[in-house]
Amino acid sequence: MASLITCPHCGVRPKEEFSIRGAAGPVRPSPSARQEVWHAYAYVRDNPKGRYQEYWHHAGGCRRWLVVDRDNVTHAVFAVIDATEWHKTAGSRI
Amino acid sequence: MKLWEGLEQDFNYNAMISQRGIVNLFHSDGQRDEYARRGNGMRIHGVDAELLDRDEVRRMMPYLNFDHARFPILGGLYQKRAGTARHDAVAWGYARGADMRGVDLIQHCEVTGIRRENGVVTGVETTKGFIGCNKLALAAAGHTTTVGRMADLQLPIETHVLQAFVSEGLKPAIDHVITYGAGHFYISQSDKGGLVFGADIDYYSSYAQRGNLATVEHTIEEGVGLIPGLSRAKVLRAWGGVMDMSMDGSPIIDRTSIDNLYLNCGWCYGGFKATPASGFCFAHLIAKNESHHVSRFMRLDRFERGHMIDEGGKGPQPNLH
Ligand SMILES: Cc1cc2nc3c(=O)[nH]c(=O)nc-3n(C[C@H](O)[C@H](O)[C@H](O)COP(=O)(O)OP(=O)(O)OC[C@H]3O[C@@H](n4cnc5c(N)ncnc54)[C@H](O)[C@@H]3O)c2cc1C
Ligand SMILES: [Zn+2]
Repeated sequence: MASLITCPHCGVRPKEEFSIRGAAGPVRPSPSARQEVWHAYAYVRDNPKGRYQEYWHHAGGCRRWLVVDRDNVTHAVFAVIDATEWHKTAGSRI
Repeated sequence: MKLWEGLEQDFNYNAMISQRGIVNLFHSDGQRDEYARRGNGMRIHGVDAELLDRDEVRRMMPYLNFDHARFPILGGLYQKRAGTARHDAVAWGYARGADMRGVDLIQHCEVTGIRRENGVVTGVETTKGFIGCNKLALAAAGHTTTVGRMADLQLPIETHVLQAFVSEGLKPAIDHVITYGAGHFYISQSDKGGLVFGADIDYYSSYAQRGNLATVEHTIEEGVGLIPGLSRAKVLRAWGGVMDMSMDGSPIIDRTSIDNLYLNCGWCYGGFKATPASGFCFAHLIAKNESHHVSRFMRLDRFERGHMIDEGGKGPQPNLH
């Protein structure tokens, strides 16, 4: 994994400042969604080998939730964007 | 534990199994109560467990830092029969034992597809050609999702990397296996004298089989906090391996939605110690098509049914376990 992460708000920061939540792919269903939909959201993971989007929290910086778009085999980072931006783009539909 | 005890004779190979005992240290009143409960649970099931107080731990392990300001050592849960084994030798021993019993082992042969007809598995495509089968068992830790996808399985698994470290050879110093209760740090000393230790996963999704320096630093910090003398030892080698982290931190040994496809996965970073029991229960499941009573709760559908195991009580997020 890259040792430096470029936060869109704080610039280049050491990765130790961030805490990681997990896959950014699953989209939170509506409260009234069926149980199977909630089960898939909470527990089922694509877990692809390669390109991966993951929630990172800049806990030791701006405290914003970010989405880090990276390769989980080479550990190259392609982009880091604010989670709000991510949800506005088609990216969140991957 | 009893399966480990007979294993070397069973597969006729020296796996360097050494029953030197394990001590799980606790550092707060709440943790002491939790470990007492764990020890009682073990004793109810006929397994030895002893709760040691601070002085008893100090007599056994005088080199620990008992005066840590934030995480003082209050005592430990001691299981005398536990220990270490050489992990390569266990794999080689199983290969030898299986071969003696007529099992074909095909090395350097990657499964690239799972062939199905009328809803059942008929065999696997591999880099060395097609292999037909009546039943198929998947045990591909770290790559469970990759092989599972070949049969359209949707799994509660994330792949993460875990690192481990070995120091240069030292005189005998650490007689037991020790786990630190205020972090994930664990340590023992190999027969060659190297200190074998590790701690947390790197926390991000990774198939890289290679870890991050920040985790190395974190591991050594935990280690030196517990054993100050460790700061003088030199690390000889480090490595990272991929594991399938399940969503509740517990494994899965179960059938799947496909009748003749069986699954053994989700061992997180604790699957080595379970090897003989995991294999035993998996063989029972494959042969009889029903779960062994020991593994009956390790079901694939437990998340959907609301019967998560979650021994650590940490919630549905793999990197919390
Ligand atoms: C650094 C490190 C330290 C650890 N320390 C401990 C410890 O101290 N105690 C403990 O209990 N556990 C420990 N573990 C966890 C333990 O190693 C695993 O849980 C255990 O090895 C899993 O066993 P397994 O038989 O399920 O899978 P593995 O032993 O991982 O075997 C899976 C096999 O599947 C093969 N495979 C994958 N994909 C394919 C394919 N497409 N075709 C053919 N074959 C395939 C792989 O090559 C591999 O040989 C550690 C793990 C790591 C990485
Ligand atoms: Zn920031």
